[in-house]
Amino acid sequence: MASPSLMDTLFQRSLDDIIKGLRHQQTGESPFISKVVEEIRREIKSTDLHTKSIALQKLTYLNSIHFVDMSWAAFHAIECISSPNFSHKKIGYLAISLSFNESTSVILLITNQLRKDLKSNNEFEVSLALDCLSRIGTADLCRDLTPEVFTLMTSSKVFVRKKAIGVILRVFGKYPDAVRVCFKRLVECLDGTDSQIVSAVIGVFCELASKDPRSYLPLAPEFYRILVDSRNNWVLIKVLKIFSKLAPLEPRLAKRVVEPICEHMRRTGAKSLMFECIRTVVTSFTDFESAVKLAVAKIRDFLVDDDSNLKYLGLHALSIIAPKHLWAVLENKEVVIKSLSDDDPNVKLESLRLVVAMVSESNVVEICRVLVNYSLKADPEFCNEILGSILSKCSQNVYEIIVDFDWYVSLLEEMSRIPHCQKGEEIENQLIDIGMRVKDVRPELVRVGRSLLIDPALLGNSFLCRILCAAAWVCGEYVEFSRNPVELVEALLQPRTSLLPPSIRTVYIQSAFKILIFCLHSYLLQKENIGNDVASEVLGLKSQGECIGNSALVTGKAPACQEQDEGFTPRDPNKSYEDLSIINDGDGQTSALLEKGFTHESVINLLNLIEVALGPLSGSYDVELQERAQNVLGFVDLIKQEIPNHLVSKRASKIVDLVHDAFNEELGPVSVNAQEKVPIPDGLMLKENLSDLEAICGNVQLPSTISFSLGSPFGESVVASVSIPQSKEESETSSESTSLLAEHRKRHGLYYLPSDNKESLSNDYPPANDPKSSDNTNDDAQDLVKLTGQSLLTKKRTSHAKPRPVVVKLDEGVVAPIIAKKPDTNDDLLSDAVRDILLVVEKPDLGNPSSRRSKHRSHGKDKSRKSPDKKKSDEIGDHGDKGKQKSRHRHSKHKSKQRAEGPLNVVAQTPVIPDFLL
Amino acid sequence: MIKELKILFLFFIFSFLPKIELNSQFSRYSLKKLNLRRDHRSSWSLGDSVKEVKMIKAVMAINTQGKPRLTKFYDFLTVEKQQELIRSVFGVLCSRAENVSNFMEADSIFGPDSRLVYKHYATLYFVFVFDTSENELAVLDLIQVFVETLDKCFRNVCELDIVYNYSKLHTILDEIIFGGQVLETSSSEVMKAVEAISKLESSSNSITLVPKTVSGWRNR
Repeated sequence: MASPSLMDTLFQRSLDDIIKGLRHQQTGESPFISKVVEEIRREIKSTDLHTKSIALQKLTYLNSIHFVDMSWAAFHAIECISSPNFSHKKIGYLAISLSFNESTSVILLITNQLRKDLKSNNEFEVSLALDCLSRIGTADLCRDLTPEVFTLMTSSKVFVRKKAIGVILRVFGKYPDAVRVCFKRLVECLDGTDSQIVSAVIGVFCELASKDPRSYLPLAPEFYRILVDSRNNWVLIKVLKIFSKLAPLEPRLAKRVVEPICEHMRRTGAKSLMFECIRTVVTSFTDFESAVKLAVAKIRDFLVDDDSNLKYLGLHALSIIAPKHLWAVLENKEVVIKSLSDDDPNVKLESLRLVVAMVSESNVVEICRVLVNYSLKADPEFCNEILGSILSKCSQNVYEIIVDFDWYVSLLEEMSRIPHCQKGEEIENQLIDIGMRVKDVRPELVRVGRSLLIDPALLGNSFLCRILCAAAWVCGEYVEFSRNPVELVEALLQPRTSLLPPSIRTVYIQSAFKILIFCLHSYLLQKENIGNDVASEVLGLKSQGECIGNSALVTGKAPACQEQDEGFTPRDPNKSYEDLSIINDGDGQTSALLEKGFTHESVINLLNLIEVALGPLSGSYDVELQERAQNVLGFVDLIKQEIPNHLVSKRASKIVDLVHDAFNEELGPVSVNAQEKVPIPDGLMLKENLSDLEAICGNVQLPSTISFSLGSPFGESVVASVSIPQSKEESETSSESTSLLAEHRKRHGLYYLPSDNKESLSNDYPPANDPKSSDNTNDDAQDLVKLTGQSLLTKKRTSHAKPRPVVVKLDEGVVAPIIAKKPDTNDDLLSDAVRDILLVVEKPDLGNPSSRRSKHRSHGKDKSRKSPDKKKSDEIGDHGDKGKQKSRHRHSKHKSKQRAEGPLNVVAQTPVIPDFLL
Repeated sequence: MIKELKILFLFFIFSFLPKIELNSQFSRYSLKKLNLRRDHRSSWSLGDSVKEVKMIKAVMAINTQGKPRLTKFYDFLTVEKQQELIRSVFGVLCSRAENVSNFMEADSIFGPDSRLVYKHYATLYFVFVFDTSENELAVLDLIQVFVETLDKCFRNVCELDIVYNYSKLHTILDEIIFGGQVLETSSSEVMKAVEAISKLESSSNSITLVPKTVSGWRNR
């Protein structure tokens, strides 16, 4: 051997030389490769096929290992396959199969060469051509070469025949008309005795059936025979796959097949076949109690196996069966929970899914506790996996499984404090969603919000800022439940909030503003009470506003609400402050707050605090931030002027009242299809002129109590109910207050949704959990909604322009993972071409007298559709349609030609199926 | 000169040889762990350019340094895409611990419904990517059949054999997997075919040996 340098100059380098060179090069791979490619470009032009093929081989190597483009050498590859020399051919075919695609322009040039090689006497040349066709076959190629492939399907050499069968899949896919020619022969191959051939055919059918199972139902008897007779595990697995597709389509077939499958399960020692049996049963035979029991028993064997592969697959099988037979999961509870701490991420994930599937109303607290504990120990990725699945499970169907919302809200807080938690967005959504949907939990929500806001350590964590944002919003919106609003304002304005992104700081500022208004309002009320001595009256109104969380404007007009009755009780002159506090106990700390009250000093302190904290922000670069800060500062200024001492000007109280009213309007959830679902009340003409709004307004409040899902056809009337009383009472203020509301909307765009969206978003859900449902099981929730409808409805009506983004999120979060499990993913992969095939399959079959398939078909499904050339079989079909015997007779007669040696029982059994089938 | 670790293979012959009953004992293989990485950046969605479903989508052998030693994609992909896929597969492979399951979630890399089974032998990962029409454990067996065949071919196969026998490797693989379908599961059948092909190749080469030299001279 000469030295490489000599080789360089005198001889072409072989592939080995290149590989060696690559391994020893000092200069770096890519310069070396580009040098080699240059060399190849020169060599490949050589007229000598040997030189050319070596160059091509080198290029192919570089292409597949070092990702060098070789599309430019397409023509040279074609030259190589035309060489009479086998090794050149082989190199050329390899290059073609790796580098050609539909868009390769020279692909048409290989048709003749392929045809020649397909007809070659040398089986290996044929094999090369078949392999090439199976890789790159285009519609044209497949069309042109179908006759050759058809011929090869009966080749005497198994080596060629199996490949010819294999290539059928590509041919059918690209050129559906080939079905007319080849299908019959393909079916005949099912009867073959050679296991290699059967394996190849079954593979093809498995793939075809996965795309359109229904078309292959008539072949069920053949598959059944293979299922019973075959001892080749590979074939059995494929047949099982076919049956798991066919069985759901035809219950009688399922009944027939389930026993042999169980038999295989009992008998086989091969884990792969065992698993396939299990998977078949748990996906397609869930109605067969005994089979499922057997499968679950086998799954248990898998679960306790040391091999993590088997464990994983066992868990996987369980998760397939979980929706239909949850008992199977519950039976294996211990193993499943133990697997949560497995080393294997696959196993962990799968067991997490199962644990979550086990969650129900009764055990949600315990299981979530367990899961949260696991998440503390888990690696960040899995931790978030756990948190994500808790969140989505619990929020499923609008918190269907949650009974104790106080618990759930504190769980949300706990989750936010888990160090690896990255589920900020989801938690944010749920906090706000729950706040809106579940009234009774608001005090707890505010408590949680406070403890999150007050903790300066959380501010630095970028994953948490979304949660903080929700907490700030909740505290601002439901401040009436807070024990200490001033403390909240301090928390909202603490210096470390500068760590937050501006978008969230704006929410902070807005919340602080709301709290400020609340404080001022309470302070003014207090003053009035003392002065007026009609304390109870005002208090009644006030508690009403707080309990119902409704706009005072609306509540004033809706005296029938249950909630309001509660709210109105203090009106009774005999009731005292204490009574009120007792009544309000459940609702929150309002009474405590009221007792404590605000002094003039505390209010002034508050105003000063806000002024100091927001002062610097009025020069912020962030426009939104600056504007909000300015607004609040302006307001603070105004108020300060109005309450210089203990006296309160009328004007100040009016301003505060107005702003308070604006903020007090409650944001609530709305059903998705509410609009469509509601029959238009008789008196209501939606398209009519709205001049007599007042009349409509009167009607609205009664129908509105009907139910949650009857929702809001009242879009317009809501506006009316909000604005009209106002305009009556204080015409001057109404415009002001609505504009404030509008401003609020504008600022809080984050929490608002365009009102049109609202209609289309949420009614997929059962009615949102209303406050009462937190004390009840979910089933009752809907009834409760009706009972307590009034409060909710007011909420609903006012929610005209109110937030729904949360629900949207939930919608995606919940529905997607559960439904997305499997069902139609297969369809995604189906190519249109295959559908075409199958359509075509039926037609030619009907017209093809000797096709067995068409016999099945015509004899059952299409009995009315007789094809002229098929009178005979149709006659038989028509007569034998219902009579088993005849069909069996026909069938066995038909079969006996091809399969003389079939075991007796099979011959007897198989024909029964088509009858069952059709 | 080049030091390469010889691969030690334990052979449990089971699985798909039609005559031998399957009795899988997967746990005895040395396994490497994959981590579930969920990056959605690269989806090899077959939906893009609607192609026929392939049962086996790809076969790869990647060494522990991440160098591909054998790649075969049964759907046409550009070299850039191939490189990207191999890189992301290796990224997940090398993050998996020893002795965990041989399956890896590949949906994020290869599109929905893909499964990936791999086996770690000394310095090489053998990776098969496939869809729902194959059985995971069966493919695991198939990897075994493949490696077993390599071993028979190269007598105690090691990474170096795989590096230097590029075309033979493809010959073997093509006998087992034909256009994405598994056609042959018996390593002795594969061996028979591969030997015949090699013989044919070398005989055709020896004939052209003389003209080659001559033409080689002439061309320079």
